[in-house]
Parts: sequence; C-alpha cells; structure tokens
Amino acid sequence: MGRPATLRIRGVRPHLAPYTENVSAASDTLAESAGRQPSVGTSRRPARRLEVAAIKSDFPVLDRQEGDDLVFLDSAASSQKPIAVIEAMDHYYRTSHANVHRGVYRLAEQATNLYEAARSKVGRFVGASDPSREIVFTKNATEALNLAVRSWGRANLRQGDAVLLTEIEHHANLVPWLMLAEEIGVELRYLRVMSDGELDLSQLEQKMTGARVVSFTLCSNVLGTLVPVEPIVSAARAAGATVIADGAQFVPHMRTNVRELGIDMLAFTGHKMLGPTGVGVLWGKAEVLESMPPFLGGGEMISDVRLDGFTPAELPLKFEAGTPPIAEAIGLGAAVDYLDGLGMEAVRAHELQLVEYAMRRLAEDHGDRLKIHGPQDPERRGGVLSMELEGVHAHDLSQVLDSRGVCIRAGHHCAKPLMRCLRVGATARASLYVYNDESDVDALSAALSEASAFFGLR
Amino acid sequence: MSGLEDLYREIILDHYRNPRNDGELPTPPAQRAEGFNPLCGDEVVVYAEVDGDKLRDVKIAGQGCSISRSSASMMSVAVKGLSTTEVREVIRTFKAAMSMHESQLESDEALPGPRADLSGLGDLAALQGVVKFPVRIKCATLSWNTLAQCLDQAEQAAGS
Ligand SMILES: Cc1ncc(COP(=O)(O)O)c(C=O)c1O
Ligand SMILES: Cc1ncc(COP(=O)(O)O)c(C=O)c1O
Repeated sequence: MGRPATLRIRGVRPHLAPYTENVSAASDTLAESAGRQPSVGTSRRPARRLEVAAIKSDFPVLDRQEGDDLVFLDSAASSQKPIAVIEAMDHYYRTSHANVHRGVYRLAEQATNLYEAARSKVGRFVGASDPSREIVFTKNATEALNLAVRSWGRANLRQGDAVLLTEIEHHANLVPWLMLAEEIGVELRYLRVMSDGELDLSQLEQKMTGARVVSFTLCSNVLGTLVPVEPIVSAARAAGATVIADGAQFVPHMRTNVRELGIDMLAFTGHKMLGPTGVGVLWGKAEVLESMPPFLGGGEMISDVRLDGFTPAELPLKFEAGTPPIAEAIGLGAAVDYLDGLGMEAVRAHELQLVEYAMRRLAEDHGDRLKIHGPQDPERRGGVLSMELEGVHAHDLSQVLDSRGVCIRAGHHCAKPLMRCLRVGATARASLYVYNDESDVDALSAALSEASAFFGLR
Repeated sequence: MSGLEDLYREIILDHYRNPRNDGELPTPPAQRAEGFNPLCGDEVVVYAEVDGDKLRDVKIAGQGCSISRSSASMMSVAVKGLSTTEVREVIRTFKAAMSMHESQLESDEALPGPRADLSGLGDLAALQGVVKFPVRIKCATLSWNTLAQCLDQAEQAAGS
C-alpha cells in the first residue's frame, strides 16, 4: 500500500526533519494569538511551525492509493502511526523479544531495558519527577482510570463520601465511578456544562466542599473544551481532595507537566498520541500510588506469594499484573520521541491555527446551516469540532463524507450524558492532528457542501 | 456520488422527511419498547397495540439517521393490520435480507446483493442497498428488533 519510497527509511528516524526553526514564517493568526492571553498549554513565545507536508509523508496510511486521497479527521478517536512507531515495534519483535522482568538471559534483559526505557521516556514527556516509579503501563486510558477509581476509591472512600465529576466526562471517567457508587454508595456530584461548552465553575467551591476526590477531563472529546485546571486544583487543595485527570484528549496535543498542573493522577492512552493500541498510562505521584492497594492480581505484581497470602511488588510493578504490552510500550516510547521532535508547543500552535482556519472557513461556506458545538474562541478549545449540519443526521453526514474519502466520527462519542445536556442525539466530529492542514479542512468543507446538496438542502 | 444512490434511494429520503405512523400510543393497551444503537446514539421507541392475534396499530417515536428512521416508517406501514404471525414472518424476512456471511465482514470489497428478497415488501425493497454498507445494517434493523420486543411483551401480557 505505502509507496516503496517511504519504506527505505529504517529504524527510528531522526525526528528533527519535519519542522523548521522559521519563526518569522508564523502566520498572522499565529502572531496575533501569541499577543493575546496565553491559554492552557501554549507558551508566550511563538512556536516553530510544523511542516505538515513532511509530516504527512511519515504516515504510510495517508498514502493509501485507493480512489480519493484519505482525509483523516478522526484522530480524537485514534490517531494514525508514523513509520518510526511501526518500525520500533517491528524492530523489537525481530531482534529483542522475550518476556520482561523474568529471564536472566541477555535477550530478556534487552527486552526489559527497552520496556523500561519506554517508561522513562513517557514519564519525562509528562514531566513526572520519578518515571521509574510513577508511570504505570495499562491497556488504555479506560483501564488506567478504572485502576485509579477502584484502587484509590476502595481504599479511601466510604459510604456517603462525595466525588466531584463533570457533565462532559467520557464514559471512561464516568462508568467506573457509577460502578463504585453502586458498590459502596458514594455521592456523585457534577460540575454543569453551559450552553457555550464551558464548565459552570460558579458553584465550584460549594460542590467541592466535603468532596474527597475530583476527577475530570482536561479536554472534552466532544466539545473540545479545555477545562480550566487551575481553579479546580486550587479548590481541591483547599478542600483536601485528591485530583484525578483524564488526559486522553490533552496529552497528545498540549505540552503536559503533571507537576505544574498540580494533579495527583493522570490517565492517558497511547493510540491517540501516535502510539499503538493496547497501551495506556496511569501517572500518579509516588506517595499516592504507594498508598493504593493493587488493582489486578497475578504475576509480576507480587514480591512474594504464599498459599495464605501475598506481598505486592514495589511501584510500578504493583499495578502491572501479568505480561505487559511490551512492544506497545516500546511503540509508545517511539511516538513520544516523534512528538518531542516536533515539539509540543509547535503541535499546539499548529492545531490552534488550524482550528481558527476551520471555524472561519466552515462559517463562511455554510453559515447558519452548520452549528459547531463548544467554545467559539479557538484558544479555549482543542482540535475537536463537533458539527451539526441542518437537516442531515450525523450518521448520514459521515457516510456521504466517506464517499469523498473524508473520515469523521458520528455518534455520541461515548459521552451520552453530555449529549443529553446538548439535547442532540448524535454529532459529526472532525478532529485535527499534526498531519492535518488547510487542505484537509477544505476537503471537509467541500464534502459538507456536497452532503447539503445530496440531501436536497440547496 | 458513487454508491450513495444505492443507499439513499428517493423513497428512503421520502420516508425520512415524512415519517409514517409517527407518534405515540397510550400504554396500555399498547406495548412500548425502546431500542438503542450504541454505535451512533440513535434511539427508537416502538408502540404496538396487539388485539388478540392482530397488530391493530403501530407508532414510532425517537430520533435517528435517515436509514433507521425510514426503515421504521416503512416497517410500520408494512406490518400494521397484519396478524402477529404474519408480522413475525415479515420481521424474519427483513432481518434475513439484512444479514450477511461472516466472510463478507472481512472483505474490503463492496458486498454482493442480499440473500433474502425484499421485493414482496413494497417500499422496503429500497432498503436492499443497505447490505452494501455493513455499518448501517444496525440502523436498518433497530426498529425491527424493537418491534419484535413489543410482540414478545404482548405475548407475555396475554399469557399471564
Ligand atoms: C476523554 C477521553 N477519555 C478516555 C478515553 C478512553 O480511551 P481508551 O479507549 O483508549 O481507553 C477517550 C477515548 O475515546 C477519551 O476521549
Ligand atoms: C499457567 C499460567 N497462567 C497464567 C499466566 C499469565 O499469563 P499472562 O502473563 O500473559 O497474563 C502464565 C504465564 O506466565 C502461566 O504460565
């Protein structure tokens, strides 16, 4: 499928190629935004520009020669993978595979070293102070959140204790709490979402009073809303509440530093940040993870087992029962290298600029017929655009777009309570990432026009 | 747009824009059942009033895409007034037409035509093209499964 030309690149590429240091090339919009209030995750200094054409060529799937070019606008569901990630995993299987933390032979040692190297890369990527203890590999963000909720929740919550969540949570940060509520009877409170997609923080302190824990997404997968972390963390600190953050839609797109954020735990997932499926991460402050009991039981997570009991292993193996996703963790390490090569400031600046372009372009082309949910200020949101096209159901819209090679997601996006708040059954969601540029937005807009025409609205 | 005309026949769009038997029925005497398509968030509510052996009335509420809404609308027209045995037969035929071989699921190619024939079912024949779009099959069958549930409920109610 990929052109042979792309296959000549071997091993882990130098990732410095796909961008230039050209600050003056920053567009008007970028320069303008740099002058405004810095928003979450963006820095004051203008970021380097991504060279999207070069980046696109790092992603073999975008080269599929089948009919229309692939216009991939569903990275919020799962991102595509660069050659560097594919080859890191391939290389590992070809040269270094054995089970980790077990064999004393060199091959096993090599595999263990690669796996642990991935752990420290991922830890450094989110600013962990002690990656070798604070990074737990899981299956995905969902498992990471279940780990946090079950292990921390069971150890720390009693019947009647309050838990603060928000109305914009993905099911992954909602259902585990509902399960816990059923089991031990905790009270779930919610920060409301307002019609502009922002959380209503006017009752933050009141709702935080007496809450033992607050758990919230850093970025909404439906509305793109960037949740204001600082006031929530301050209120939590004042109330003595533990802070759990769902970074599944944030870590892939914004520079993340867990210490600056001031949170206690952070869950994220490999496949949305250029890494493979099958690996996710729970970062936790060492002292918080220390205080938590094991989650799943089995091999790897013990230091001793007797017929009448066991002693759990030290961090982080205490939380990694069974054979872990070794190749996947190594692939995630390569993904993190790739993102570091681009620079997360540059990634955010690129997405911000593209969201600005998309919102302007879509408004020009479709006017009132197209509604985009969530904050209207691009600085307040990530690269997620949930759309409703008048008279065309999201499911039909994505079908028509697919016939033009445009991949978007239709549905409730695993956030049914939020969809009820928005009073919509389904939205069509386009989401942007490092390999998207204006041409993808243009293709989206053209396909939207065709959908309008097809359903007889023009 | 290639292939799309196979899916979106004019008659489908007509049922989508002007759904027949849209609304609710008082329960009882009608049975009420809800169906969800977890894939796209569509919800359908089917009301069925069974009188003895006869499906006297059907109404459809809820919200969904053109395929799920039109399928529900056409279904309501096709089954209203039939005996429950006949209704079950129509449901069976429709679902057979919408089913496919496992091996077809793995193929990237457009799927061959359906195995059961819908040509005897009036407007419903227009839905035959859906089989070529496997992810949409659940949209087309949603209301049918929900109607079957209503009939089960009616049977239980009559039996108890
Ligand atoms: C905000 C958010 N949290 C959690 C998840 C779950 O990620 P995963 O399916 O990889 O566990 C997602 C992915 O859809 C998400 O968008
Ligand atoms: C008998 C037996 N059961 C369970 C396991 C656990 O398998 P995994 O580490 O893949 O979860 C092993 C592997 O070590 C095993 O030998």
